[in-house]
Amino acid sequence: MTAQVITVTSGKGGVGKTTAVANLATALAADGRKVVCMDGDIGLRNLDVIMGLENRIVYDIVDVIEGRCKLKQAMIRDKHYPDLYLIPAAQTRDKNAVSPSDMMRICNDLKPDTDFIIIDSPAGIERGFRNAIAAADRVLVVTNPEVSAVRDADRVVGILEAEEKGSPSLILNRLNPALVKNNDMLSPEDVLDLLGIQLIGIVPEDESVIIGSNRGAPVVTDAKSRAGQAFRNIARRIQGHNVPFMDLEQQGGLWGAIQKLTGRK
Amino acid sequence: MNWFTRKSSASSAKERLQLVLVHDRTDLTPAQLEDLKNELLEAISHYIEIDPDAVQIGLERDGRSQRLVADIPLRGVSRHRPG
Repeated sequence: MTAQVITVTSGKGGVGKTTAVANLATALAADGRKVVCMDGDIGLRNLDVIMGLENRIVYDIVDVIEGRCKLKQAMIRDKHYPDLYLIPAAQTRDKNAVSPSDMMRICNDLKPDTDFIIIDSPAGIERGFRNAIAAADRVLVVTNPEVSAVRDADRVVGILEAEEKGSPSLILNRLNPALVKNNDMLSPEDVLDLLGIQLIGIVPEDESVIIGSNRGAPVVTDAKSRAGQAFRNIARRIQGHNVPFMDLEQQGGLWGAIQKLTGRK
Repeated sequence: MNWFTRKSSASSAKERLQLVLVHDRTDLTPAQLEDLKNELLEAISHYIEIDPDAVQIGLERDGRSQRLVADIPLRGVSRHRPG
């Protein structure tokens, strides 16, 4: 077994990188894969709270790099999936404590016993981002259908190409199908045309993402959540399965029924 | 604003992004692009007579690559057309 290293990045902050990492890692673990996710945001860690593991942290990635603990000691086992681990970022230390070669070394140490290593990149295009992509076999770029997010995603795609990391795949997060239908939001076709990269998934805007993060339980564990379904589909595609894209037009509930009756759908 | 004639905000977003991305990717400001055009036209004018008012030079996107596209009509060419 040798792991595939997948880095999730975006350029702009707040578009859903950490949510994507937590959900993809959990969905891959639910599919029976051995997964380690790493928080690359030194000084501003968050993957631990999104996964509900913040109370279990003893050691972090900088402790590993500086030799204060063994790699295994910094790996926090998930509450529900025994083959899912988190390596947290350091919260207080200097972000120059980690280098690209440190990341390569940690990934190489993890690879023999792991199927997927998922790295949560910090926002921006500086040191933390360079660390996060150093060991990547594959990069997923997360964006929202908004001008600032798409512009920053394009910068990141340009850097990845210049670094010969190959063409990344796009996760279009927080799409609001009703706004797209009303021509008040960039459509997936618009964003793909602008960025010129391949699509790996579209995640609809969904309140259950916030509810899940409040509870520290990624939405992929919520069988009814549309966003959860979208992330489960992306996890299947990462494993090489051909999963058709969801029909985002379909809308449940009373409002959906009214729209159908009045022919607005 | 008239709700019925209003241009959709999604198409404004796309048009604005198309322009911004071309400049971001080439690292050329609109002013530098203007200088490039002027120097290009000056160089061409040393050899052939062109119609500066009809010249169109711009950056276009082709997937993830950019190209500089120039349409430069030559002066006096219409003389050779029949009719």
